[in-house]
Amino acid sequence: MTTTISTPAGQAGVRGKAPGTARGPRRPGRLRRIGLPYLLLLPALALELLVHLVPIVIGFVMSFKELTQFYLRDWTAAPWTAFDNFSVAVDFDAPVGRGLLHSFWITCLFTVLSVGLCWLLGTTAAVYMQETFAGRGLLRALFLVPYALPVYAAVITWAFMFQRDNGLINHVLTDQLGLTDGRPFWLIGDNSFIALLTVSVWKGWPFAFLIVMAGLQNIPKELYEAAALDGAGVWQQIRRITLPSLAPVNQVLVLVLFLWTFNDFNTPFVLFGKAAPEAADLISVHIYQSSFATWNFGTGAAMSVLLLGFLLLVTGVYLFFTSRGRKVSHV
Amino acid sequence: MAAPRSFVWSRRIFLTLLAAFVALPVFVMVSSSLKPLQDVTGEFRWIPSGLTIRPYFDIWETVPLADYFVNSLIVAGAATVCSVVIAVFAAYAVSRYSFRGKRVFTVTVLSTQMFPGILFLLPLFLIYVNIGNATGIALFGSRGGLILTYLTFSLPFSIWMLIGYFESVPRDLDEAATVDGCGPLGALFRVVVPAAIPGIVAVAVYAFMTAWGEVLFASVMTNETTRTLAVGLQGYSTQNDVYWNQIMAASLVVSIPVVAGFLLLQRYLVTGLTAGAVK
Repeated sequence: MTTTISTPAGQAGVRGKAPGTARGPRRPGRLRRIGLPYLLLLPALALELLVHLVPIVIGFVMSFKELTQFYLRDWTAAPWTAFDNFSVAVDFDAPVGRGLLHSFWITCLFTVLSVGLCWLLGTTAAVYMQETFAGRGLLRALFLVPYALPVYAAVITWAFMFQRDNGLINHVLTDQLGLTDGRPFWLIGDNSFIALLTVSVWKGWPFAFLIVMAGLQNIPKELYEAAALDGAGVWQQIRRITLPSLAPVNQVLVLVLFLWTFNDFNTPFVLFGKAAPEAADLISVHIYQSSFATWNFGTGAAMSVLLLGFLLLVTGVYLFFTSRGRKVSHV
Repeated sequence: MAAPRSFVWSRRIFLTLLAAFVALPVFVMVSSSLKPLQDVTGEFRWIPSGLTIRPYFDIWETVPLADYFVNSLIVAGAATVCSVVIAVFAAYAVSRYSFRGKRVFTVTVLSTQMFPGILFLLPLFLIYVNIGNATGIALFGSRGGLILTYLTFSLPFSIWMLIGYFESVPRDLDEAATVDGCGPLGALFRVVVPAAIPGIVAVAVYAFMTAWGEVLFASVMTNETTRTLAVGLQGYSTQNDVYWNQIMAASLVVSIPVVAGFLLLQRYLVTGLTAGAVK
């Protein structure tokens, strides 16, 4: 759950200052003035290098090697295979490629549905909770619980609820409401997609709620007062003022939710175990499974590189269009 | 202005349903942790046949939960302390100085957050195994190795959130401190850090929460003695029985520290999370 809103808006703050006009505290000594920022950054730089840059470079190199279990002890000895790993990964007629493509589409569908529902629930709840009413504080605290609970504790509880014979879901659906024929399986077969989506939305929507709540506080009250004077009702105010004003917040929110959901490993892994059912085979678990089940790290690394390329592409295109839209809206 | 009835009613219905959806697993977790075993292995019961607190004692016997607890505390705690301390210096440099490469640094830190954990897992796994074979230093399976992997996610967001908090501390304050004879580090520790304490605590809690809930690295990079709670909780399912009441009790026990911390500090956390988003 690596979610941080770190944003184009935040960057804009840094970028907005023309170089040279930024005034730090007055500092004596030319050497210290130039050297100090780098000295302060040194530990962070060293660690970033160690935990990010080196692994990424090695990941790239791995993807060009035939890295099977025989070479795990000394990976540099593994034979160079050029683009073999990549051609295996994208050969959609063979089992490996077909599996990857399937898991990619499943992940796309899952991400679109999950992000959409998280956004919808979060925004609706935030808009409804803008005004004070009795029990609002308590409700707000309750809504944050899914976000605060450790993933494995929360997801394992859902796994229990989805048990076929002793779970709450089947008890309610089958025994109490009689909605389903027999007791369906939720954690294997096609239903597993619904189960995964439910858990993902449950866990993810409070984040949207938090961000939208914060966004709502920045809408000037005068806008609503002016609209009320003009005779706009609550619903009209929401449609004409609230939702349009949230656009910049939503742009960041959707991007973060997308990356978070698309990369999610913890939820499916705890819900289903090491091998996810085909209908809910998200790409992170798929890469994990195809690397550690077959010990074929080369192909796994190639898949990771393809995944990274896809994420960079989507994020780049998204940022390009949203930042362009923002410029236009400021004119 | 009084809200119209349609608004109030739709709000009541929506929020009630949503609250039920959110609370349901919490209810299951709490109630099942207080049920005797036959109640959680048979058909689900809303009303338990009897209440018992036995599961809360048994959880420590069935698996070495206390050991996992200690491992999780050490790993999450160390990752948190490391990333926050290092991030304080980096965030101060970014928020107070202009220097060549600043933009490259901030954009790099920002972008590493979008990378999936799986991308780092395979190379780090290989690096650890190979270092172990070459030098005999057991990074793989050790707490130290796990702490290092946790920095992949806790360091970048600590830096980002702290930049946001430091930006909100007025520059006049540390400029005044410098005029009064403080060095830059003096200004950082006497003025900026104290002023940003709520933010720093919030970042620490958030980093701790994230590390406490991490599953991917924990399930690959640990062995029997260094296992964290994320992996250890799987131990309650044996071949013959799944001790669901104990699983629920243990889930509750491991959740309480972070949920309590989160709810206490949520005001600051939310500010930090959203500082960039809504500026």
